[in-house]
Amino acid sequence: MSNGKVTNILIVGVGGQGTILASRILSYLALEEGHDVKVSEIHGMAQRGGSVVTQVRMGEKVYSPLISEGQADVILAFERLEALRWVHYLKKDGTIIINDQAIDPVPVILGLQEYPSGIIDRIKGKVPDTIAVNALQIAEECGNAKASNVVLMGVLARKMGFGKEKCIRALEAKVPAKFLELNKNAFEKGWNVQV
Amino acid sequence: MKELLTGNEAIARGAYEFGVRVAAAYPGTPSTEILENLVNYPGVYAQWSPNEKVALEVGLGAAIGGARTLVTMKHVGVNVAADPLFTLAYTGVNAGLVLVSADDPGMHSSQNEQDNRNYAKFAKIPVLEPSNSQEAKDMVGLGLEMSEQFDTPVMLRTTTRVNHSQSFVEIGERIDDTAKPYVKNSRKYVMVPAHARGRHVVVEERRGKLAEYAESCPVNRIEWADRKIGIIASGIIYEYVKEVIPEASILKLGMTFPLPEKLIREFAAQVEELYVIEELEPFLEDQVRLMGIEITGKQLFPRIGEVSQKIIAEKILAVTGHRDLVNQSILAAGAAEEKDVQIPVRPPVMCPGCPHRGVFYTISQLKMIVTGDIGCYTLGSLPPLEAMDTCICMGASVGAALGMEKAHPEMHGKVVAVIGDSTFMHSGITGLLDVAYNRGATTTIILDNSTTAMTGHQDHAATGKTLSKEITNQVDLVALVKALGINQVQIVDAFDLKKLKTIISEEAAADEPSVIIVKRPCALLIKERTAPYTIDENCINCKKCMKLGCPALSVQGDAVVVNTALCTGCGLCSQLCPSGALKKEGEGNE
Repeated sequence: MSNGKVTNILIVGVGGQGTILASRILSYLALEEGHDVKVSEIHGMAQRGGSVVTQVRMGEKVYSPLISEGQADVILAFERLEALRWVHYLKKDGTIIINDQAIDPVPVILGLQEYPSGIIDRIKGKVPDTIAVNALQIAEECGNAKASNVVLMGVLARKMGFGKEKCIRALEAKVPAKFLELNKNAFEKGWNVQV
Repeated sequence: MKELLTGNEAIARGAYEFGVRVAAAYPGTPSTEILENLVNYPGVYAQWSPNEKVALEVGLGAAIGGARTLVTMKHVGVNVAADPLFTLAYTGVNAGLVLVSADDPGMHSSQNEQDNRNYAKFAKIPVLEPSNSQEAKDMVGLGLEMSEQFDTPVMLRTTTRVNHSQSFVEIGERIDDTAKPYVKNSRKYVMVPAHARGRHVVVEERRGKLAEYAESCPVNRIEWADRKIGIIASGIIYEYVKEVIPEASILKLGMTFPLPEKLIREFAAQVEELYVIEELEPFLEDQVRLMGIEITGKQLFPRIGEVSQKIIAEKILAVTGHRDLVNQSILAAGAAEEKDVQIPVRPPVMCPGCPHRGVFYTISQLKMIVTGDIGCYTLGSLPPLEAMDTCICMGASVGAALGMEKAHPEMHGKVVAVIGDSTFMHSGITGLLDVAYNRGATTTIILDNSTTAMTGHQDHAATGKTLSKEITNQVDLVALVKALGINQVQIVDAFDLKKLKTIISEEAAADEPSVIIVKRPCALLIKERTAPYTIDENCINCKKCMKLGCPALSVQGDAVVVNTALCTGCGLCSQLCPSGALKKEGEGNE
C-alpha cells in the first residue's frame, strides 16, 4: 500500500458466508498500520440469502466509505457468481481473489435462469491477476467448512503484503477463543496457497 | 482513545457519554443496532416499545420527567410517531430529547424512501445531519444541549450509509449529572386549546431563535478552498464531495433546519458556481431558493435513490466551467465490464426451515387473495410462492382484508390477512379490533415465530423477554384476540401442511371472523438441527417439492437434489412427495 493513497477492498458473497469477519480482520490490520479506515456494510433484508457486499477503504485520510465502480484495488469474492456480478468494480490492474464455489440463487434453483458457466476463465480473460482458490475444500480439510472465510483472508493478507504476525494477532482479537486454533490453521493454509 | 464504530454504535456511545438515562425504540433497519448497543451501557434504561408511537410517548414522558432521552426509529416509524411528535414540538421538553430518524435512500430494506427532514420542518423542530460516526456521536450531545437550551425535541436524521458505515470515533467519559427535577406545569404540558394557542406562539418565537442560532452553530461551517465551485452539502454527501471535488469550497451544514441564511448568503456571494447536492427531496435547495439565491440542484441530481460519487462527478462535469477541479479518476474505466452475460439476480429468500414457507405454499395452492404485511414473510410475494397481493405498511394487512371484503362481499372466503407476531403487536391489534367491531368475516393468519426476525431477532411483548433479555409478562395471543371479539381462534403447527390447508379453507369459508395462529420459532433461532432429508431412487421427478422454493432443494440435470448442509429437516418437502422418495436421514432405508 503506497503512502497518500487510499486502498479499496470490496468483499462480496452470499448472506451467511462470513464476509463480516473478513472485514473486521482487515480493519484491525489497517488500524495496526496506523491508517484511517472506513467500512460500509448493508444489513437487513439482504441478509436472508441475498447478495452481500462489504467495502473497506484504508489510507492516510478516507472520506467516503464507498468505493466507486472501477476503483477497487482488490475484490475478495466468496462465490463465483458474486465475483462476476461485482467484477466491474475492479480497477485496471486490480486483483480479484475468487473462492471457487457456486451457490445457486433462487432463479437458478427454480430453473428460470442458468448459472453462467466458465466464470473463472471468463474473468481471467479480462483480469490477469485473478486468483481462484478452493477455500471450501481447504476449510473442510481444517475440520470446518465455515472457516473458508479465514482461508480466503490468508490468501488476501499475503497478496496485500500484511505481516503474518499481525494477521495472527488480528485473528486472536476478532475470533472466539474456541475457534482460534481452527482459524489459525485455516489462515496458515490460505497464506500458503500457491498463487 | 479511538475506536472504529458504525454510525449506530456511535449514536449509542453518544447517548451514553452525554448522559441519556432513558431510551426507547421499535426495531427498524437501518436504526435497530442503536438500542441493541445502548442497552449494554451502565446507567441507561433502554427498552423496545410495541411501536414507534409508544416509544416516543415513553420518551416524552421521560424527558418531561427530567431524564435525558433518546428515541430511535427508521424513517417510516416517524409516520407512526408523528402524532406525539407534532404536539411535543408545542410542549417542549424538560431534559433533552433526541429523536433519531434513520432514513433509507435507495430502499435497501424499506417500503418507501421518504425524506424525513421534511418532518422537522413540518413540526418546526431542529434537525441535525451527521456525515460519519464521529459526528453521529457528537451530534447526540449537541442535540441534547440544543433540546434543553431551546426547549424542543431535536431530530437527528441519519441515512443508511451513515448508520451502517464504520469510521473512527474518539471515546469519552460519561456526563452523569444530567437529571432535572420534574416541575408540574399544566399550561406547558396539557395541550388543551387554551394552552396550545399560547404554546404555538412560543414555537414560532423558538423557530426564529433557532434560525439565529444556526448562524453560529458549530456544525455549520464553510470550508474555503477554490472559489470557482461552491457546494452546499450535508450528511454522507459531504464525504462524497470531498472525494469527487476535493478543491471545491464547501458549505457543510450539520444543522439543516432552520437554515443559517446569513451564512448561506455569505457563501453564495463568494463562489462562481453554486451547487446543492442532496439525496431525495430538494430540502435545502427549496429553502435556499426562497432566499432568492440562484442555485443548481435537482435539475442535475436525482430525487430517486442514492446519490453516488460517480453521479456527482458526471453531473458536475456536464455543466461546470471548471472541469479541472473534478477528480475524474473516479470515472476511469475498470478492469472488466460484464455486459454480454446474463447474471442471475440473487434476491433474499426465506431460509431453509423457515416456518413461513408452508403457510404461503398453502395459500398459494388455495389461490387466495392475500393482504400482506412487513417482515421476512413479505418474501412470500416472490416466486415460486407469489402469495401476496398487498404490502403497504406495518399492520396494514388486517384492515386491508376488511376493506377488500367490504368492497366486494362476494370476495368473502377468498381473502386472508397475513401478519407476523411482532407486526401484530406493533399495529395489527387495532385492525383486528375493527374486523370484530364492524362485523367482518376476515381470516387473519398470525405467523408466530416468537421474534422480530427481519431486523435481526429482537424480542417483543409476545416473546416474554425484554431488550435486556429479562423475563417479563408475555402476551397471551389467544386471550388477546378473543378479548378483541374474535371467537374463532385456532393454533396450527407451521410444518403441518395438511392441517394448514384444512383449517385455512374452513376458516376462510366461515361467516364469522377468525384468527389462525401458526406457530414455530424462526429457523435461525434453532441451534440444534434435526437430521436433513435425503432423496432416494423412488423419486419420480414430478418436482412437486420444488414448488416450495426451498434453497436446500435444487434441480441438477433433471433430478432433484437435497443440499444436506442447508436442509434443516423441516419435512415440508416430504409431505408433498407422492412417491415417498424424501426421507429423513437415518430413517426408513428399506
